[in-house]
Amino acid sequence: MIKIIRAGRINSVQDMGRNGFRHLGICQSGALDRTALAIANLLVGNPRDGAAIEFTLGPCELTFTVDSRIALGGADFGATLDGQPLLPWWSVRVRAGQTLKLNAARHGMRTYLAVAGGINSAAQLGSRSTDLQAAFGGHGGRALTEGDGLSAGALDNPAAPVHHAAAFGVRAPSWYDADDTETLAIRVIPGPEYDLFSAATQKTFWNSSWTLTPQSNRMGFRLSGPELKIKKSGDLLSHGVLPGVIQVPPAGQPIVLMADAQTTGGYPKIGVVIGADLARLSQLRFNRTLQFVEADADAARAALRDEALYLQQIETAMHWLRPAK
Amino acid sequence: MTQPVIQALGENALILNTGASATLECQQRLWAIAAKAAHWPHVRDVVPGMNNLTILFDPLASDGLQLAEKLQVAWDSDSISQKTGRKVDIPVVYGGDSGPDLEEVARHTGLSPAEIVKRHTAAEYIVYFIGFQPGFPYLGGLDPKLATPRRSEPRLLVPAGSVGIGGSQTGIYPAASPGGWQLIGRSELQLFDPDASPPTLLQPGDRVRFVASEVIA
Repeated sequence: MIKIIRAGRINSVQDMGRNGFRHLGICQSGALDRTALAIANLLVGNPRDGAAIEFTLGPCELTFTVDSRIALGGADFGATLDGQPLLPWWSVRVRAGQTLKLNAARHGMRTYLAVAGGINSAAQLGSRSTDLQAAFGGHGGRALTEGDGLSAGALDNPAAPVHHAAAFGVRAPSWYDADDTETLAIRVIPGPEYDLFSAATQKTFWNSSWTLTPQSNRMGFRLSGPELKIKKSGDLLSHGVLPGVIQVPPAGQPIVLMADAQTTGGYPKIGVVIGADLARLSQLRFNRTLQFVEADADAARAALRDEALYLQQIETAMHWLRPAK
Repeated sequence: MTQPVIQALGENALILNTGASATLECQQRLWAIAAKAAHWPHVRDVVPGMNNLTILFDPLASDGLQLAEKLQVAWDSDSISQKTGRKVDIPVVYGGDSGPDLEEVARHTGLSPAEIVKRHTAAEYIVYFIGFQPGFPYLGGLDPKLATPRRSEPRLLVPAGSVGIGGSQTGIYPAASPGGWQLIGRSELQLFDPDASPPTLLQPGDRVRFVASEVIA
């Protein structure tokens, strides 16, 4: 069991989210930074889509009531385990009674705590992710609060070589260490309504520096910058939308839809952030800037394949961990 | 019917856009395609919209071209969903605290509250698609006389089960949320239950009637 002593901001149970129910208005949910979730899971011997705790900013504190193995993946929150520094991307054993503290994020926004066996709250509609709007899934359909107790699955799976190892870690993708005061480059495929914007407006979209406003949340990242005016207004009929879609409402300030985005929308879609860059975007801090870089579907798939290969390498490495002699 | 346009939405989705204004016949064709497409390999999700359809697929298993072709073929096959949908009655308490804007709709339309209820319950509505919230139906079939503009100030909290009119649309909020529609009544029916199968009371294609269980005017 994991006991939450201090809850911090919006922390919730998330896995890779739910698919197959969008036609009923049920959104995807799931981790914003899927790369970090996958790596943290692999480091404790879980499948990559196991359920973990997503922490946003900090500070937070929790204790373990049983022995287990844990790993943090994502932003560096200056974490300590019983006072000893615990780096992200590092897999360690924990003993019952130990306390994990997450301080303020040093850079980035989110980190994931994976526990051997995964958080084993009941799956609903095929996922353990918390849908914060519809209030179901995860831990009672809500953000974690002080006093919550979360149970994890089979904590010590003797079949997994990972459990014989002492502490070990992996090198995370380099962008997690990048200087996040610089403008983040995010690759975007032009969207179905791209041509509803004039050539000059399209240029403005690519060439401007966009600031992430604090009005952003798991549903959408609101950006501020120059106004993007549509050539002629006219209502679009509502259509399906998904995480990564960049909508432009009448005020002309783009919104990037994120994991908790509603299933349908009616604003013009100027572009779509490629899947491989959504994790990067999810770590951008409020008031920091990004720039959109034009990409195509081939580049998007290549980036996804690179990431899949990288995760495969970690997964393979986990199989080769042997008991320390 | 005009030829649809199939467009990419990023690397992992396609939109089939009929370009038509909303008609039931077009929507029925889309439901038929949606039912098929949900079983195609590499497809993760199929979302009917208003006279359009979005499919999500695994971008590492498919580049979408083959799926786009299949969508086109499915459209050309000319099959219309024979599924008539279930008939669902939704009991509503109209007016009073349950429908605080019934008076406002009466003022705007020039109809009496009783006449509004009579017309609202007379129609059979069709669930064109579901979006915005789990189980939130976009209904076709509102009596044009009942059309009333949205409130100038959206409410911060619309109670779950509220039945509203927004412009020429009517619908029900399955969960409490902010909202700008004119609230004329409320139903006790649960429209979303994540543990039920299916998890929502209404599905695309269903036929809905509102039944006045009480009118407070």
